Amino acid sequence: MIQFVLMVNRQGQTRLSRYYQSVALNRRAALEADVVRCCLSRKKDQCSFVEYKDFKLVYRQYAALYIVVGVTDSENELSIYELVHNFVEVLDKYFSRIMFNLDRVHVILDEMIQNGHIVETNKSRILAPLSAIDKMADS
Amino acid sequence: MPAPIRLRELIRTIRTARTQAEEREMIQKECAAIRSSFREEDNTYRCRNVAKLLYMHMLGYPAHFGQLECLKLIASQKFTDKRIGYLGAMLLLDERQDVHLLMTNCIKNDLNHSTQYVQGLALCTLGCMGSSEMCRDLAGEVEKLLKTSNSYLRKKAALCAVHVIRKVPELMEMFLPATKNLLSEKNHGVLHTSVVLLTEMCERSPDMLAHFRKLVPQLVRILKNLIMSGYSPEHDVSGISDPFLQVRILRLLRILGKSDDDSSEAMNDILAQVATNTETSKNVGNAILYETVLTIMDIKSESGLRVLAINILGRFLLNNDKNIRYVALTSLLKTVQTDHNAVQRHRSTIVDCLKDLDVSIKRRAMELSFALVNGNNIRGMMKELLYFLDSCDPEFKADCASGVFLAAEKYAPSKRWHIDTIMRVLTTAGSYVRDDSVPNLIQLITNSVEMHAYTVQRLYKALLDDISQQPLVQVASWCIGEYGDLLVSGQCEEEEPIQDEVLDVLEGLLVSNLSTPVTRGYALTAIMKLSTRFSSVNRIKKVVSIYGSSIDVELQQRAVEYNALFKKYDHMRANPNPNIAVITIHASNSTEADMTDFVFQAAVPKTFQLQLLSPSSNVVPALNQGTVTQVIRVLNPQKQQLRMRIKLTYTLKGSAVQDLAEVNNFPPQSWQ
Repeated sequence: MIQFVLMVNRQGQTRLSRYYQSVALNRRAALEADVVRCCLSRKKDQCSFVEYKDFKLVYRQYAALYIVVGVTDSENELSIYELVHNFVEVLDKYFSRIMFNLDRVHVILDEMIQNGHIVETNKSRILAPLSAIDKMADS
Repeated sequence: MPAPIRLRELIRTIRTARTQAEEREMIQKECAAIRSSFREEDNTYRCRNVAKLLYMHMLGYPAHFGQLECLKLIASQKFTDKRIGYLGAMLLLDERQDVHLLMTNCIKNDLNHSTQYVQGLALCTLGCMGSSEMCRDLAGEVEKLLKTSNSYLRKKAALCAVHVIRKVPELMEMFLPATKNLLSEKNHGVLHTSVVLLTEMCERSPDMLAHFRKLVPQLVRILKNLIMSGYSPEHDVSGISDPFLQVRILRLLRILGKSDDDSSEAMNDILAQVATNTETSKNVGNAILYETVLTIMDIKSESGLRVLAINILGRFLLNNDKNIRYVALTSLLKTVQTDHNAVQRHRSTIVDCLKDLDVSIKRRAMELSFALVNGNNIRGMMKELLYFLDSCDPEFKADCASGVFLAAEKYAPSKRWHIDTIMRVLTTAGSYVRDDSVPNLIQLITNSVEMHAYTVQRLYKALLDDISQQPLVQVASWCIGEYGDLLVSGQCEEEEPIQDEVLDVLEGLLVSNLSTPVTRGYALTAIMKLSTRFSSVNRIKKVVSIYGSSIDVELQQRAVEYNALFKKYDHMRANPNPNIAVITIHASNSTEADMTDFVFQAAVPKTFQLQLLSPSSNVVPALNQGTVTQVIRVLNPQKQQLRMRIKLTYTLKGSAVQDLAEVNNFPPQSWQ
């Protein structure tokens, strides 16, 4: 299962974090810093999977943003790699400038991943509730 | 009071902070504003304030004062309030706060709400952080929603059920009826989460696993449709129809087919089909192939299918994409025990991966290489692995060295090769070798009697080059102490050192900053041992007495004891000791079969000391065709009557034999 999803920039600042396995608050900062250090220090020709403690990290870089997903040993790394891309495509479809609408990103993430497992991967179905929410918010 | 700022404005402002201190100041100011707003019980802006709090929480600042506010938002009638409230609950609350129980009633109501998005929120939140009590209370509602025809809710209910089962395993039975027609759904979201639910149930209960085996044909059909159906815009990812669902179904099939012949047979065809027809040009296709291979290897598949799977992995190894190479190595490592020969065919490719730039790939390749070493390929493989040991990162060296030692012990083609290999490891990665290797190596060297001269010469030469690697230095010191006579006696192939040179080297170790206390101990003992093998006894005596006042307690103790040996027992040094009786035993065997693994052991009373030299052989030939001789030296300072208990152990015609006896009739000349 998926244990966490992180979005960090090249300076190591967290832009989005979501944990599906309970991690104490005081350990989160250290975990995020460590994970980011792991991924940022890797070169272009190295593979996108890193062993970290007792789970695996799958990361992808999009311009200045790194998306890192921590998964348990039993997950198919290539499949998660594909899921990250799916997530980015959904964000792309909805947002022009994502990071100032953090709550909306969480809504999208919740429509895709629930307690560590994939719930929906079809872009239109993911975004449907969001457009409904937007309509409700405006009215 | 002006209206609180919006979230996006806050983010914009914080982004402009140039230092950590500046950011902290902005956050504290905003927190203060939010707190006073909360105190005023302002309903209009509560949602906005909590949203900002969540952002600050993500940055690492404390946000616990917002927990109750989240609950107020959840209880509100406005959807936008509920949305942020539930998100806040998922991010800020967990079981450890008592506050979370207050949510139970709200969630219960919202699970029955008229708007599906509200019901969805409740399901999502319960499935994310519901405690065991909450799950117990609300399991009934979840079960109801699992049977609804609304696919949006059904898929969320399935995952919520997974969480309920994790928290309260006894409730698993309750969800069983609802699973009956989950797989006949058309909606892929529901299918996906249903498969996850079924997987969870099968993993937790062998009864459930047996029960769900009957679903195999249905799963096979669904998978077939996904592969055979033409382009479907709804689920297409790079030309493949819903790869995520395919992967999930393959994983469930793996669990159902494991250790079950019938199920494995039922899925054989579809696995072969997926393995041969999946497009491999993009990552998606390879993700499916990877899962397929894992399934094939785990179930009871026929051999043709297994070979197909390993060949897919072999192709992966040659792929340009490093992710795929990594995944291939991981899978091969899992299967190398069961399908050893098939994996051996790809050995050269695996060895090539040792030179890959990527750390993860290198580690996998190293583990796999060690698993593939056998008696036939040991020389070639060891060459590659030693080369790897030379050039790899420090994090690998300890594991690699241990692996080399293990492999050498199992498959060494000759003793000389074995010792050469050990030497190579000690000289290239000596400081990374594990502590227990030193005594193990000494034991190994002791047992290779014919190699003593060669070994001590090579170790001596290595010491001349480099004294910084402690395990090497320790083993070398010990050998020089034990076999120093061979070192200077001309038995070596090259120019042998003279005694003083050897003592120079050992003394050098004692004074060097690079030597650890343990190493110094080895060196001092070695010097002492040479006093019976070398003639420069006076020089040794001088060295030993200096260390009698060493600050290092261990060294001091040794030196003092050795000094005592020089003083009190010096007379034992050269002259044959009149108190030593030399007894030779002759063992012969009149039975029809050889006695193998023959071992002679003896014990004497406390006042005596016994030394058993090596026997001539440990095979006593049958029908008195030969004897085994062994020399025993007994030190008898009190000149008491010699008594001995002896034990013979040997193997005769396949069974082990043990014989005990007492010998009390030694002739008086032997001990008087």
